[in-house]
Amino acid sequence: MSKSKKTSVARRGFLKGAAAGAAAMVASPGAKAQAPAQPARPTGLPPTAAQRAAETAPPSTEDIQIVERPGSDYMVDVFKSLGIEYLFATPGSSFRGIHESIINYGGNKPEFITCMHEECSVAMANGYAKIEGKPVLVCAHGTVGIQHAAMAIYNAYCDQAPVFIVAGNIADAAERRGRVEWLHAVQDVGATVREYTKWDDNPASLTHFGESAVRAYQISMTPPTMPVLLAADGVLQEAPAPADFDWRIPKLPKITSPSGDQAAVAELAQLLVAAESPLIVASRSARTPAGLKLLVELAETLQCGVIDQQRRMNFPSRHPLNQTQRTRAAVADADLILGLEVYDFYGVVHALGGQVRVIPRRVTKPGVKLVSISSSDLFYKSNYQNFQRYQDVDLSIPADAEATLPALIEAVKRQLTDDRKRAFQARGAKLAEASRQALDQARTAASYAWDASPVSTARLSAELWAQIKNEDWSLVSDTFWVSNWPLRLWDMNKHYHFIGGAGGEGVGYLAPAALGAAVANKKYGRLSVSIQSDGDLMMANGVLWTAAHHRIPLLTVMHNNRAYHQEIMQLQRVANQHNRGVDIDKCKIGTAIENPNIDYAKLAQSMGVEAEGPITDPKDLAAAIRRGIQVVKRGDPYLIDVVTQPR
Amino acid sequence: MNKLAILPLLLASLVAQTTPAGNAENGNRLFVKYGCYTCHGYQGQGGAAGAKLAPKPIAASALIAYVRHPSGSMPPFTAKVVTDAELTDIHAFLAGVPAPPAAKDIPLLNQ
Repeated sequence: MSKSKKTSVARRGFLKGAAAGAAAMVASPGAKAQAPAQPARPTGLPPTAAQRAAETAPPSTEDIQIVERPGSDYMVDVFKSLGIEYLFATPGSSFRGIHESIINYGGNKPEFITCMHEECSVAMANGYAKIEGKPVLVCAHGTVGIQHAAMAIYNAYCDQAPVFIVAGNIADAAERRGRVEWLHAVQDVGATVREYTKWDDNPASLTHFGESAVRAYQISMTPPTMPVLLAADGVLQEAPAPADFDWRIPKLPKITSPSGDQAAVAELAQLLVAAESPLIVASRSARTPAGLKLLVELAETLQCGVIDQQRRMNFPSRHPLNQTQRTRAAVADADLILGLEVYDFYGVVHALGGQVRVIPRRVTKPGVKLVSISSSDLFYKSNYQNFQRYQDVDLSIPADAEATLPALIEAVKRQLTDDRKRAFQARGAKLAEASRQALDQARTAASYAWDASPVSTARLSAELWAQIKNEDWSLVSDTFWVSNWPLRLWDMNKHYHFIGGAGGEGVGYLAPAALGAAVANKKYGRLSVSIQSDGDLMMANGVLWTAAHHRIPLLTVMHNNRAYHQEIMQLQRVANQHNRGVDIDKCKIGTAIENPNIDYAKLAQSMGVEAEGPITDPKDLAAAIRRGIQVVKRGDPYLIDVVTQPR
Repeated sequence: MNKLAILPLLLASLVAQTTPAGNAENGNRLFVKYGCYTCHGYQGQGGAAGAKLAPKPIAASALIAYVRHPSGSMPPFTAKVVTDAELTDIHAFLAGVPAPPAAKDIPLLNQ
């Protein structure tokens, strides 16, 4: 790479030159002529001495300082080499060099998706990662942007979602231009979120940046997958790459996942084959579509029950061995419980009772054996308590569950005998019957309040299912807030049919994560649908504009119960503990989202999203959903506001 | 089914027959006022947060007994908070919730 002498300027010199250039423009004859204080000068008069001097003097070397190969071009090359498809960001001057390089040098690759809040940027990245299995790039100011993004980063950290964050900063005090750049500068960029990122670095050179970017990506994508953060210094971005800079980008290796110890896997296989009533509990087991298929193979080989805790789509919802709808009974019946990426094993084997203080009660039968395969055991941090209460198990295999399953399946198959196979078939038949009965019970339960207004969440879910079941669909929202009806009623059998909820249970995740997942689904032509809670949307409603602006096809059906409803229930519980009870009107203080009611259709329309509602009669739902699907299939977002029962 | 298993059902049936009927309209109002709907739904249909109460609720006496000494995550409602008479009205409301069509007769629930 060649560099002319005039381009070898530091950022400070470049900015100083630009400022001087701007000052020269202000002082130019043309600018002067526009100044209102000056009397109008007749045309045709000879130039003034100042004009003559400006036109005949040699040009100032400070005025023209061009940077032809800024460091940010290299950074964009690095992002491209990592296969990053998108940049989710709210623009910020501390990463303007990267921004400019992406749109001019990079041809808008990674594609810039304009976000209205850094929390949205990261939550969108979280949703994208759960569909696509890899990170997008998120850029933010190293200070105020990362502060905005913090909760979403925590959600992604708890959710074990890979997110690649680049935070702009100007480390060198002498290079900061004015008070804002001081306000937006920080000594240690990663410190704000270090407790809940897997790794961060603050590169001091382009070589350092390239190596750390590849390292960060590798760390982020190695289970347990998590967010990583890299500082991008402003000087490094905007100054020219050094003349002798080696433009080489370190090679990203093929990333493999840590599988379980061979002896431990063999021991587990022996336990599974010998058990009379083994049970598999999966939480974030299926990182990829392969994970779902592997779990099906293991369960079918053993003819054992599976409980899907649904932090990912781990197991088909209507598989005969799926016992999720009768979790308590299945756990009570088990003599061996295998947890796959279960982050709260204590909660699996205990019921937490007690009206005031927690009174845990063991819900398993005596002598049950517990085995855990979890990549969480490979990476702990101490401050945030997302690791949950300690559960002693008989065998702990610190490894990625999905990567361990092939060896486990083979080990199980090796130990099968004809006698055990016959016993397994009988067990499987009983489980299939129990699963069928659970589906019947769910359907009966869904029928209650079928015609109610506000609309029951079961009716809403059934109406939506009726119209998407023949499409290639993807539910990109959580279902907890609607009593899990989609998981109980829908036939979910593909990895992208469900993405789970917020890892850290931080509100303000659903709407942006749904949109990020819809971005990932777009290239596959999938119909993305979201059942969206009202309180959550109000924390991140700028995503509506992002969806419209970038034409991201997503059908959003509001679960509008007009409250932070979880908190109403919490308040009522405490009031009863205090033996005061609470009138519902008092209970709504600080919790209700009404008076005035928010018109979500108008909110969406104001940002360019086609929308309708509020719908209060369930009979109006079918037509509205049909209209919405038409628009989404055309390639645009659509929102239907539905006033619903609380849960 | 043995005799011991039948006995509670007979008792519950007897209690149900002897419990005075409440005021369903007032019961509906109280069901909302005391926030029963927040977990159980406006028609007592139940969901992830609360059990199904209607249609066909348990006997009023059983309902009152449970409300005073609930299990699980439901908070207790003492007589200071909600009286027996009020609970009887709430029961009358629940008893009046019409049964929906059978699930097998709802096409949307069979796909």
